[in-house]
This record gives sequence, C-alpha cells and structure tokens, in this order.
Amino acid sequence: MNLLAEFGRALGEPLAGIGRTFLHFLTAIGRLVIFTVVAVSHCARPPFYYRMIIRQLIDIGYYSLPVVGLTTLFTGMVLALQSYTGFARFNAESAVSTVVVLSITRELAPVLAGLMVAGRIGASMAAEIGTMRVTEQIDALTTLSTSPMKYLVVPRLLAGLTMLPVLVLIGDLIGVFGGFLIGAYKLGFNPSTYIASTWEFLEPIDVISGLVKAAVFGFLVALMGCYHGYHSRGGAQGVGTATTNAVVSASIMILVFNYVITEMFAG
Amino acid sequence: MSGTPKIALSGVHKNFGSKQVLRGIDLAIGRGESVVVIGGSGTGKSVMLKCILGLLSPDSGSIRIDGEESVGLIGQDREQLLRKFGMLFQGAALFDSLPVWQNVAFGLIQGRRMAPEAAKEHALDKLASVGLGPEVGDLWPAELSGGMQKRVGLARAIATEPEIIFFDEPTTGLDPIMGDVINDLIVDSVRELGATTLSITHDIASARKIADRIAMIYEGRIIWQGTVEEIDRTDDPYVTQFINGRAEGPIKMQLRAL
Repeated sequence: MNLLAEFGRALGEPLAGIGRTFLHFLTAIGRLVIFTVVAVSHCARPPFYYRMIIRQLIDIGYYSLPVVGLTTLFTGMVLALQSYTGFARFNAESAVSTVVVLSITRELAPVLAGLMVAGRIGASMAAEIGTMRVTEQIDALTTLSTSPMKYLVVPRLLAGLTMLPVLVLIGDLIGVFGGFLIGAYKLGFNPSTYIASTWEFLEPIDVISGLVKAAVFGFLVALMGCYHGYHSRGGAQGVGTATTNAVVSASIMILVFNYVITEMFAG
Repeated sequence: MSGTPKIALSGVHKNFGSKQVLRGIDLAIGRGESVVVIGGSGTGKSVMLKCILGLLSPDSGSIRIDGEESVGLIGQDREQLLRKFGMLFQGAALFDSLPVWQNVAFGLIQGRRMAPEAAKEHALDKLASVGLGPEVGDLWPAELSGGMQKRVGLARAIATEPEIIFFDEPTTGLDPIMGDVINDLIVDSVRELGATTLSITHDIASARKIADRIAMIYEGRIIWQGTVEEIDRTDDPYVTQFINGRAEGPIKMQLRAL
C-alpha cells in the first residue's frame, strides 16, 4: 500500500510539473493576446505622439539599414555561388538569376531582415521599456496623464509595421545586386543577359508576398519587445530575462509566421 | 477637517495571490491637509498609493476622491482624474531619454498640450523654486546626483500645480542634510500650492517635519493616527516601538518577504 502511494507520488510529480507549465503557457498567451488587443486599439485612438513615432521610424528604419544591407548583400552573393554549383551539374546555369531573385524576394530578405531586426530592435525595445518599468518611469508616465501604451508601445508597433517592408524592399535590391556581382564578375554571365533573365520570371506577387511577411515580422518584433519589456519584473535580472525572451520569442514567431504566410500565398 | 474629505479610503483590500497586503485600509485626508503614513518595509504603504492612483486596482473597498468613487475608473476618466495628482517617486523615476527641463515640463506638454516654449519657461521657474539654476535644465537625469534627481522629481510633481501630491519615501537614500532640504522644499511648495498631500515614509524625522497628521500602517491596516504632538505622548506599543526604532516589541520583523 505504502509502496503504491510512493509510486503514485513519483508518477504525479512530473505530471503536475507538465500541468503547471501548460497552465503558465496558457496564461502567457492570454496576457499576450490582451496586450495586443489593447495596444492595437490604442493605435486608432488619439492623441498620437508624432515625435515619438518619428523617432522610432528613424531608429528602426534608418539605423537598421546597414545591418539589413550587409545581410542581404552576402546572402545574394552566396546564393548565386551555391545555385551555380548545383545547377552546373545538370546544365541549368541559366536559372541562377531566377533562383537568386525569387529566393531573395520571397523568402530570404524578409526572414533574415526580420531576424536581424529582432536582435537589434526587439532587444533594445525590451531593455528600454523594461528599465522604465523597474525604475517606475512607466508609473510616472501614468501619473503625468500620459498613457504608456500610446506613448511607448504604439509608436514602436507602427514603426515596426511600416519600416520593415521598406527595409526589405531595399534589401531585395541589394540582395539581387549581390547575386548579379557574382554572376557577372565571377561566374562569367553576360551582365545584360543576367539582368534580363532576372526580370523575366519575376512576378509582382513574389515581391508583394515578401513585403507582407516583412510587415508582419516587423509588427511581431516590436510587439515582443514591448510586451516583454512592459511586463518585466525585478531589477537588472528581470530586464535581462525580458530582453532574451523578446529576441527568442520574436525569432520563433517569425519562423512560424513565415510558414503560415507562405502557405497562404501558395494556396 | 470639514466637508467631504479630499481622499477617503474605506475597507480597501488588496491581495497578491495568497499574500494579503492590504487588509482593510480606512483613511480620510481633508482638503489641504498633509498626512504622512509611516510603517516598516513590506507593510503595504506603496501598494496603498498605487491603489489610489489606479496603477493597481483594489480587490474590494472604496476610494473616493472629492467624494467621487475612483475604483474601476479606466481610460479617459482615469486620465482626467490623474490630472489632479502629482507624485514624487522613491527613485525620482525621471525619464532618462529626456533632458531635465523636458522631464519637468512633461505633464504640461504631453498632458496639457502646452506649447514647448511656454512650458520650458514654466519648467525653469519650477526648477528655480526647488533651488536648481537654469543650467540644470539642459542636463540629462543621469548626470545628476541623487539629491538633485529628487529635486527635479519634486519640480516635475508640482509643475502642473496639482491639487493632490503624493510623496513616496521622499528622503530615503539621501544624506540627512539633503533629506532636510527636501523636507523644507516639500513644506514650502505644498504651502504655496495649498495642495493636499499624502506621503509614505519610514523616516520619522521627515514625518514630523512635513505632517499635519501621522498614520501608522501595520499588516495592511491603519493601526494608529494622530497629530505630531500626539505621537510623542501615545503609549501605543506599536507606534512607540517604531518611532524609537527598537528591535524588541510587538512588531516582529519579517525575515522573509510577505
């Protein structure tokens, strides 16, 4: 009998742990959904803090340009080299330019730009808002009749939503240019033929689907940065955790939503 | 005290999970009165302030401001109500992304939509009234000492000329002289505005200086209240233990957080 109780406890402990984790997970999702709904509803209601919006637009758009540019440039170059190596095996070298432009616009520019921006912007948002939370600056905003949602969160969400597509569009051009550089000057393609075949099979939907992804990723990065910062607790360590969580959750959500959106456009 | 009290709390309860932090706070603060709530760490002082401001919502009880129920107010109504308030935070809570003068003018520019030039002038006036020159206005909060940050925080709290001002541990972390300077500034600025104030502190010297009335909070309830003269004559064992700072007595130190 005693042995049976012991056995039950031994079996129950891990199960209880799983249950607790699952409940925490559901609570977190609920809180995130509420946060998102409240934040989005604030996006549509005045007052708007234009100065804060412009500051975020510059911070996300302009200052992320070098990172996104370098990422897409080298990705385009690698892509040209790799696909050439592959396609040369069955005499399909002429498809290199098409592969580069489709991969960049549909997939790699939005995903890689999203991940880079998650590391650069998502982290800094979580750290800044988290520090404001633990030093009571967010409470201070409230006591000065300023909604922290409107003042801190809305400008970041709007900037993420609008700036990432712009970054990705520029990244598309730079990535394709990287492929062109390798194609024309290393692999021996005729430059004008390369450019012509780049355009030949490119359709507007390729670029548009990439930009839709970018907008969603930009929103997610800002949302995760703000959400984790806003709910950070307990001093420096709490802010550190919030920053890590912001980057990790944004990166995972980017990869998941990347599949979902691809599926939507494929269907 | 006459007419409706400026702030009236009755039966305010607040729990965090299974922790009962506030267990029925009853406190009334008259118009223009300065009340100081004293009590040890973790007795619910800050939670009480946050409940009045609406940063936390109480589980039960009523909080009336000018006779109007404030529990449950959200959005526009809450923002409207908060215009009556100013608050000096324990760590000053200055916005470190803004220079000092914009911190002081924040409530005027963002909350009241005042033009920046006019607000700056107003902010520099307020800085002068807490003994800081105009050159401080262009510094960043990180460049200031703790005492100066507190002064800037005070200037920000009084900049919108609120009817009610809260002080959260105004002298904590300051040397005794700077603490006294802050106390004087609080007394002066409050007298000038005619504001109602509620302060929380465990600095008994500060309480004596700025209070019309002192209330003591213990285990989430107000257990004693009276004037500064009365606190020296009381034989309430909790109060005498606290104001004399003795380890022995009815108050047992929580060695673990509540």
